[in-house]
Amino acid sequence: MNMNVVEASGLGKRYGGTWALRECTLAIPAGHVAALVGPNGAGKTTLLNLAVGLAEPSAGAVTVLGGRPAGSPAALDGIAFVAQDTPLYKNLSVADMLHVTRNLNRRFDQPYAQARLAELGIPLNRRAGKLSGGQQAQLALTLALARRPRLLLLDEPVAMLDPVARHDFMALMLTAAVDDGVSVLLSSHVLTELERVADYLILLSRGRVQVAGEVDDLLASHRVLTGPAAEVDRYAGRPVVHAGRAEVQAHLLVQATADDPVPPGWTARTASLEELALAYLRQPGAAALHGPGRDRGTEKSEVTR
Amino acid sequence: MTALTVPARPEEDDTRLRPVPWRRMAGVTWRQHRYALLGVVTLLGAVAVYLWIAGLQLHRAYAAAIACHPARSPACQDLVNTFNGMGTFLANGSILQALPALIGAFVGAPVLARELETGTYRYAWTQGFGRWRWTLGKLVPLAVAVTAATAAFGALLSWYYQPYLATPGHQALGLSQTSAFNGGLFDLREVAFPAWTLAAFAIGALAGMLIRRVVPAIVATLAVYAGLAVTAGLFLREHYLTPLLTTNLTVPGSAWILSQWWTKGGTTLSQSTIQQVMDPVMQRLLPAVPPDQVHLYKLPTILNAEQYLTQHGYTYWTRYQPGSRFWPFQWIEGGWLLALSALLIAATIWLVRRRAT
Repeated sequence: MNMNVVEASGLGKRYGGTWALRECTLAIPAGHVAALVGPNGAGKTTLLNLAVGLAEPSAGAVTVLGGRPAGSPAALDGIAFVAQDTPLYKNLSVADMLHVTRNLNRRFDQPYAQARLAELGIPLNRRAGKLSGGQQAQLALTLALARRPRLLLLDEPVAMLDPVARHDFMALMLTAAVDDGVSVLLSSHVLTELERVADYLILLSRGRVQVAGEVDDLLASHRVLTGPAAEVDRYAGRPVVHAGRAEVQAHLLVQATADDPVPPGWTARTASLEELALAYLRQPGAAALHGPGRDRGTEKSEVTR
Repeated sequence: MTALTVPARPEEDDTRLRPVPWRRMAGVTWRQHRYALLGVVTLLGAVAVYLWIAGLQLHRAYAAAIACHPARSPACQDLVNTFNGMGTFLANGSILQALPALIGAFVGAPVLARELETGTYRYAWTQGFGRWRWTLGKLVPLAVAVTAATAAFGALLSWYYQPYLATPGHQALGLSQTSAFNGGLFDLREVAFPAWTLAAFAIGALAGMLIRRVVPAIVATLAVYAGLAVTAGLFLREHYLTPLLTTNLTVPGSAWILSQWWTKGGTTLSQSTIQQVMDPVMQRLLPAVPPDQVHLYKLPTILNAEQYLTQHGYTYWTRYQPGSRFWPFQWIEGGWLLALSALLIAATIWLVRRRAT
């Protein structure tokens, strides 16, 4: 699948006088589990709402699944969206939720949904509102996956879940992504979970895209350098994303590859995704954009100390 | 975007993308609104059973009263009094006026307000059905359902009120009679009753979309409905067709009398002027009867006084809508309410379509 599942150019959304999202240009290729990361209020929900057509852009445009206008019938046919707090009709039974979702869509894999719910131990005759938070999230995800979407959008799907439910939810999502080739875009501010599931990262900060790219590329182009604190200034001219100083030792996350020379007295190692995300989140001015549609050579790298 | 962007090329099955069929909304709407619809049926059913039982008694009492001979006998007056004393709290229809408002508010207002209040619109509007089609697919069947249920109920109401509607020749018996145009009853008839319910439903749907909360939307619907119903009854209805003018002293009881006044020599006389002229005439014509029986002679006596005045250069004008215009008026009211409802539902769908969160 050689297309972009979400593509935004100059996308902006203004509520009253404040921009929830601005100048957002990105292209997420198909076949990834993409994580949309950022602090609260960074514009994650706004971006997802724009991508599913629940919100209209104030500026720019967004398309999904290779150029379909967000919110159009063709777009809604191919994507499934699980909104924040997994909204369900609380007074409908699980069976009724299946019926409603089946009738609102062209495709619905009833056997898949029933098998999945049986596996999860969710009774069909229980009212959706009586299910536990984890079960509600699982039901919402099952309904979304039974639509056989090509793109699954999840807004903070695990924020309200306990660790076990969180693990189960991610497992179900990953199975769909791997076995059925569903592209996933999920927003989260829980970084630890993402390491395991995401292979594409979009970092949003204050309504702007700060980092976008494949996790492997990002990890390959960043190093954590450890060395004497007194020598930090030697990196004055280098693209340092974030510098953490202790008494004697300093940790720097720098934009560098494994081939770049390491100064004497310093050690270099690969960064973890969490380290990388945290470093950028602490430096909202820094940026690393690796998405397709951008030329690596001319990429903008704002460097901050 | 630059060169790496893959051009839009929807797959073959998507170019011939057929929308999800409309009929699939039926089961969805039923599952989500069955309790509201069952509530309407229960409410109307309970009132209908009561009206059926009370109506049978009312019709029986009416038949007995008009069949009684001789009409002025005490036994017959007892039958008239029995009829007049029945179901007095329903007689002017004002209580039942609340039904269309309640049905419209409790079925119409939550349709969108509940989705927006609980956040489920984020589920409903991102399904393959499409959000404006979803809205239309919900509002139209619900509107048809409440209209059909209240149309059947309106037929029952019309039957119930039949004995009160002026029948020529029965006026003199002293039976409670009213014009079919009576503000309280006109709204309860075959066409107007379902039309008002439909309007209340449409007001509710739009209020729910605008206010986005169930309870405030219900309150707003009741307020707007009451304002519209009062405006229509007091100011609009009499202008549906140009009223007729007559100088005839006896206007049929089925007519809706809008205003009456005296003139002499082309000038309209004020109420106090005509009272000064009328009083001495009345004094002269009024037979010496005990005060508690005056009402029995009131109508003929007043008529005599009016006849006396008309023979002496005075003219009595009546502006009225004849009883024969009842059905045209029902259809005119039903027509503009239907148009208004269609407009409100269209506005609701338009708002859903362009709504930006």
